[in-house]
Parts: sequence; C-alpha cells; structure tokens
Amino acid sequence: MPDFETHEYDVLVIGAGGAGLRAAIEASSRGLKTGLVCKSLLGKAHTVMAEGGMAAAMGNVWSEDNWQVHFRDTMRGGKMLNNWQMAKIHAEESPDRVAELEEWGALFDRTPDGRISQRDFGGHRYARLAHVGDRTGLEMIRTLQQHAIHQGIDVYQECTINRLFKDDEGRISGAVGYWRESGKAVLFRAKAIILATGGLCKIWSITSNSWEGTGDGHALALHAGADMIDMECVQFHPTGMVWPPSVRGILVTEGVRGDGGTLRNSNGDRFMFNYIPKMFAAETADTEEEADRWYDDKTVRRTPDLLPRDEVARAINAEVKAGRGSPHGGVFLDIATRRDSDYIQRRLPSMYHQFMQLAGVDITSESMEVGPTAHYAMGGVRVEPETAASTVPGLFAAGEVAGGMHGSNRLGGNSLSDLVVFGRRAGIGAADYVEGIDAIPDIDTAAVNDRITLMQSPFAGTGKENPYTLHKELQDTMQLNVGIIRTESEMYTALEDIASLRERAANVAVEGNVQYNPGWHLALDLEHMLHVAEAITKGALERKESRGGHTRDDFPGPTEAFGKVNVVGRMTEDGVKVQQEPLPQMPAELANLFEEA
Amino acid sequence: MPNAHLRVWRGAEDGEYKEYDVEYEEGMVVLDVVHRLQATQTPDLAVRWNCKAGKCGSCSAEVNGTPKLQCMLRMELYPEGETISIAPLKTFPLIRDLVSDVAWNYEKAKTIPEVKLQPREEDGNYRMAQIDVDRGQEFRKCIECFICQDVCHVIRDHPENMDAFAGPRFFVRLAEISMHPLDTNPKEDTVQHGFGLEYCNITKCCTDVCPEGIHITDNAIIPLKERSVDVHYDPLRSLGRKLFGKS
Repeated sequence: MPDFETHEYDVLVIGAGGAGLRAAIEASSRGLKTGLVCKSLLGKAHTVMAEGGMAAAMGNVWSEDNWQVHFRDTMRGGKMLNNWQMAKIHAEESPDRVAELEEWGALFDRTPDGRISQRDFGGHRYARLAHVGDRTGLEMIRTLQQHAIHQGIDVYQECTINRLFKDDEGRISGAVGYWRESGKAVLFRAKAIILATGGLCKIWSITSNSWEGTGDGHALALHAGADMIDMECVQFHPTGMVWPPSVRGILVTEGVRGDGGTLRNSNGDRFMFNYIPKMFAAETADTEEEADRWYDDKTVRRTPDLLPRDEVARAINAEVKAGRGSPHGGVFLDIATRRDSDYIQRRLPSMYHQFMQLAGVDITSESMEVGPTAHYAMGGVRVEPETAASTVPGLFAAGEVAGGMHGSNRLGGNSLSDLVVFGRRAGIGAADYVEGIDAIPDIDTAAVNDRITLMQSPFAGTGKENPYTLHKELQDTMQLNVGIIRTESEMYTALEDIASLRERAANVAVEGNVQYNPGWHLALDLEHMLHVAEAITKGALERKESRGGHTRDDFPGPTEAFGKVNVVGRMTEDGVKVQQEPLPQMPAELANLFEEA
Repeated sequence: MPNAHLRVWRGAEDGEYKEYDVEYEEGMVVLDVVHRLQATQTPDLAVRWNCKAGKCGSCSAEVNGTPKLQCMLRMELYPEGETISIAPLKTFPLIRDLVSDVAWNYEKAKTIPEVKLQPREEDGNYRMAQIDVDRGQEFRKCIECFICQDVCHVIRDHPENMDAFAGPRFFVRLAEISMHPLDTNPKEDTVQHGFGLEYCNITKCCTDVCPEGIHITDNAIIPLKERSVDVHYDPLRSLGRKLFGKS
C-alpha cells in the first residue's frame, strides 16, 4: 500500500490563477473550509503573464459603452458560438469585479479625472480595458493573492493534481496528487471541487504558454466523465515573438496595436486593409487616414489592425505564405514610427524591456517581428452559466478550463474579466452545492491506491522513452497537423501520432528520485496532454467548417448548421468520442442587438 | 553551434557542483541552456520557471555569484568558453539542484496587512490622480522573484534575523500601502509595526539586483524609515515629557 497524506475540505480549488483565487475567496467567504492547490508557487500562474487589460464596460472613457455593447462585441468576436448566457453575465458583472479589485488594492492607470482608465483592444467597440501599463495580469494576481492569504484559505503550493474521484452515486469526492518538492502522494477529500487549471497550449511547439499549460483540468474533467465543448476552438494569438528562436511564441500584447501600432509586411504595406471580412466591413476603416483618426475619434470606423485575433492571425499567416514576411518568418509590428518614445515606454514598459533584453530590439526606434502563437483554449468543460457547474455533480470549472464563454474566438481583455466573473460564480455555485451535502462523499480507497502506484510507476519501469522527447514529438505533430490552418488528412496523421505516442508514453523512463524531479512531472503531464490533443483533434475533424480560431483549409468559411451546434467531447473506453449537440439560442430581445447593426 | 560550459549545483545540501557542456544557439538565454541540459543530459535537474519573459519571477538563481532571472540572461553576455556557474538562491534552505525553499517569504507576506480604502465617492468611484498612483505602481511592478531577499545581508549572513526582519520585498509592499492615496490603515499596523526596518543599513544591495528596476532603497525603505521616525519620535512631545514629566 502506498503512503499518502489526507486532507478534507468543503471546497477544493485546483489552480491559483485569477479564477482559482477568486473562487477560493468566494467559497471561503461563505464560511466553508477551502483548500487551494497550485502547480507553481503562489502568484506565478499564467494570469501573471497577461498584459493588456481587463475588459469591462464601465464607460469611464466612452460613456456610450454599456454591457449590451460589450455582450454584442463578445458574441461577434466569438462568431456567435458563445454560450449567450455566459457572455451576458460576463458583460454585466465585469465592471463590479474591476471595482472589487480596486478595493482590494489594485492600482489601475487613471483617467485625467482620476477614475480607472480604459484602453482600446481588438474587437471592442470602445476603449474598454482597465489596465496597468502592460502588466495587468500581474496586478490582478497579486491583488487577489494579497487578499486571499488573509481569508483563512489553506494553500498547497507546488502540488499537482493527477486524478479526480467520485462516489457510487457519481458525485465528486476527492482528488489525488503529489507534492512536487517531496514527490509524496496526497489525497484531498472534498464535497466540491472547482477546476481553475487554465489552459493547454503546451501541446504546440510555438506557444505563449508556460510549462503549466498542459491541460490538466481538461484531462481531469474528461476522466471524471464531464462533457467538454468545442475543444477544437483554440486561439492562435496573432502577435508572438518570432526571433530569436528561444523566445519564439512569447506574447506581444495586443496593447501595442491598441495604442497605435500597425502591422506591415516586407513591402512596408499595412496589409490588414486587405483582410477585412464581410462580417466586420461596415465598422472597419478601409483607408489608412480613417484608421489612424479612429484612435481619437470614435465617430469614424476602427482600424483593421484591431480586428478580432482570429482574423489578424490568419492574415499574418497568409502574408508569410505569400512571401511577404519578415526575415524570421513573421511580419512587422511598428509602433516606433507612430508614437513617440516616451509614450511607448510609459504605455508598454514590459514590451520595451522584453524586446530590448531578449531580442536586442529597441521598439521605440525599430519594428518588432511577430507571428501567430498558440495562446488560449476557448473550448473546455461544459458548465452551467450561472453556477459554473459541470455535468458531474460537485465538479465546477472557471476560467480558461471552462468552455462556452468565448465561443470560437476570444476577444483580448475578456479573459481577465472572465476569470473573476466566473471564478466568483464558481465559488458561489460550489458553496450552494455543498450546503446540500451532509458529509464528504465516499472515496474508493483501492482506486486511490492504484492511482498512486501508477503515478510512481515510471520509476519502477524498464522503459527507455525520454519524456522530453515524447513531448517535443507531440508538439511537432500538433504544430504541423492541427495548427492554425487545418485539413482532414493531416489531422488523421496527428491522431495516429498521438496514438503511437501514447503507447510509447507507457514505456517512459524517469531518472533520479521522486524529489523535485521535472522529468517525472513531465511524464505525468504528458498523459494529460495526449488526451487533450486527442480531444482537440477529434473536435477539429468533427467541425467541418471554419469559424473563429478553428480554420479548415478543406472547409473554408462558416456554415449555418455548424453555427448552431457545440461539438461535445466525452471520454469512453475507446478514447474521446465527439458528437454535435444544439447550441443554446438567445431570446429575441438579445438577438435584436445583432439585427440593429 | 558553440558550446556553453556550465557549472551547476546538483543535489541537496550535501550536493556538489557538476560540470556540463551544452550546445547553444544565437539568442538563447541561460534558462534555455539549462532546459536543453535537462532535456538531453539530466532529466531530473530541478529548476523553477514559468513565463520565460521576466514577468513571473520564478527562475531566480545565482549566476556567477549574482542572483538573476535565468530567463533574462542572454548567452551573448558570456564570452564563449567561459564557465557559467549556476547555483540556487543561497539565503533560503535548499530543496534540490537549483530550487530553494522560499516558503519564508510567503509566511512574511501573511504578516503584512491588506489595504483598507476609504469609502467610495457618491457616484461609486474612487478618484486618484495618476501622479499619486505612480509611486504605488512602481512598487507593484514587483514580480516576487525574491532576489532582493536573497542578496540582503541582514538575513543572508545572519539567518537569526529572519524572525524579526521582513526583508526588502516586503518593505516595498509596506511602502506601497503607506503611500496608497486612499489607504486608512493606522500607522501602527504598517510602518510602525516593526517589520525589522531598523536592521537595514541602506547598502542598496537590493536595489542593485532588482530585475524590475524598483528603487527599493530610495523610494521605499528610506521614506519608510522617515515615516517610522515621524511616528515614533516627536521631538516636541519628547521635550514636553522632559519638561513636564507627562507621557
């Protein structure tokens, strides 16, 4: 029998980025015993890397802004595949969540009259993003962290959850994981579990994600029997760094374009004017003069540099393919010729330092080279909009791991607000659920023991496979075959590769001992990544259209039929199975918002 | 491709430096080379990292004797063939290889109060001028890499001070709260509380190593010391006490 420690909670939150912290704060405020588990140190989750801002229709800069406009922008940005109710809740509640962060100590940039300032971002009709220079995510996570540590929440840092468990009635009852530091196993028994594990883009080789983005929560939910929706919808952010090779994929904030930067090809042309889709033509400037005027005059049409991310990413991809790319296979992002040095350094300090230190490029005098990078999973756990409840009783999900909110493409700035709006909702949902439960549901001790033994098996095995090599091969096949532009035959190749990698992963060898052993950690994460890659690829095969972040070479353009369905993924004994199910339709009074335009 | 010659701490307290040759390419940073070492020669090499862009403060290590973020150190900084020595932060207990136990910092964080803001204005807003939040925003750039804590000789050379002393990172946090335009925390809970500020003798080691360029000593610690004296020592009252024997 393997050795493990046991902890008991009313609510266990997995993940300590913006969503997890906000969920834990909410559950704890209800007087519930709350545990918070995170893979990294507290405050290092992916939220810390968010740059541009947090979208909320506060109307501080443009009083014309309101939740209806934000709702409409979000739905259109998501190509109407969003869960309308989530998009509505998000648009309505974001301003309160910004105000709450300010109350907890966040120091946002100010308007001239002293209120919270808001900046322009892609797909948002008005300047709407509350921000702190270009380090808004740091401000959010630190604020939540500094509030959370005074709320009596138990925090388990550098602890990774590997499996969820249910009782005989199918209710969530616990989670098994391990301490990264000691390698020792730990069992959490809990009445409710909130997944706030973030994203999965570490399955691509060019990505903005840190090592943590291995889709743990997506895989945990799949194995727990939860429905997943629209896993094929992955955002390739248009502007990642492309050079030097070691920083390829690292994010360049959309704030560069929000603050006046423009994309150019190798001929110096502002090519985005050639890629204005019909859906956005009426509200997008078609001359450089009008586009440049828009920054200060919202009566003219917006610059195509700030089209939604999926449009910009495809345009960059097309320019590079047509031979009009930059020397290192991207395009140019120029703010140097458009804004003065002081302005750039004040508005974009971390971009300035990032390029100066990592690429030797002074963005106040030279263009940046940028290209698409796997950034964000729109798809994820299917949740009830108001409670964040998954289809498994007692299992909740908030933030990137949850699906629905962003449809097939997320607008920049909608992630940070999503985290706190639905983090809070998940905390409430879990707390309400827990009130109806007398005791922690039973846990199958034998299954727990089996899982722990399995977790430690890479040390005992005689395998020869290197986990780093397997991970790289997975990234390579996903990049090549399930990337920004997809086609059926390539995706079948990816599925074959995934299957063969899974066989090889069973023979993975881990050197050294269980203490802080990254090779072992990666071997365990790899299992999650392979399941997630399978779910994404199967979803992408099923959705025979192009919509938002999901672009099919063999099915260009959206279809009406696929616009009315979620692709739902479920784990079966034969792996992930996908099927189409109806997308909830919004009531007429909301649908009218789209008619008017 | 050139070869980097690394000297890396391996093991726990009873470990040792081991030497490795790792190929690298133009544009790589020290952390890339460490990752390549991990992927090709030492799969169990323990190293913390997250963002790889100087935003999260996870990959702090002592590189050639100075605490740095490994992700922001381009290999071009080191002449080819020169040995690059990489060690964990040494002020904190070692876990293994390049990973130290920084839990002390998280314990200290809990001792610092939260901000307590005045009530909102009637229209539901807080109003603060940008110039008044500029000071706090400088402090809130802190990415908690704990490099300033590592280099501070008050604890590095005297671990016995770790109980009484919160360290530069948390002086920055205290300064941020005490300079927040709307904070109402009483001084007894912040600057006067005694977080060991008096141990600091302003050698500016922390400021020198801060990867965020926060002027820790000049903008945080010295003003805090001044404020703390303002509160503790009122010369008029002191004179009054002497003359009239009142408290």
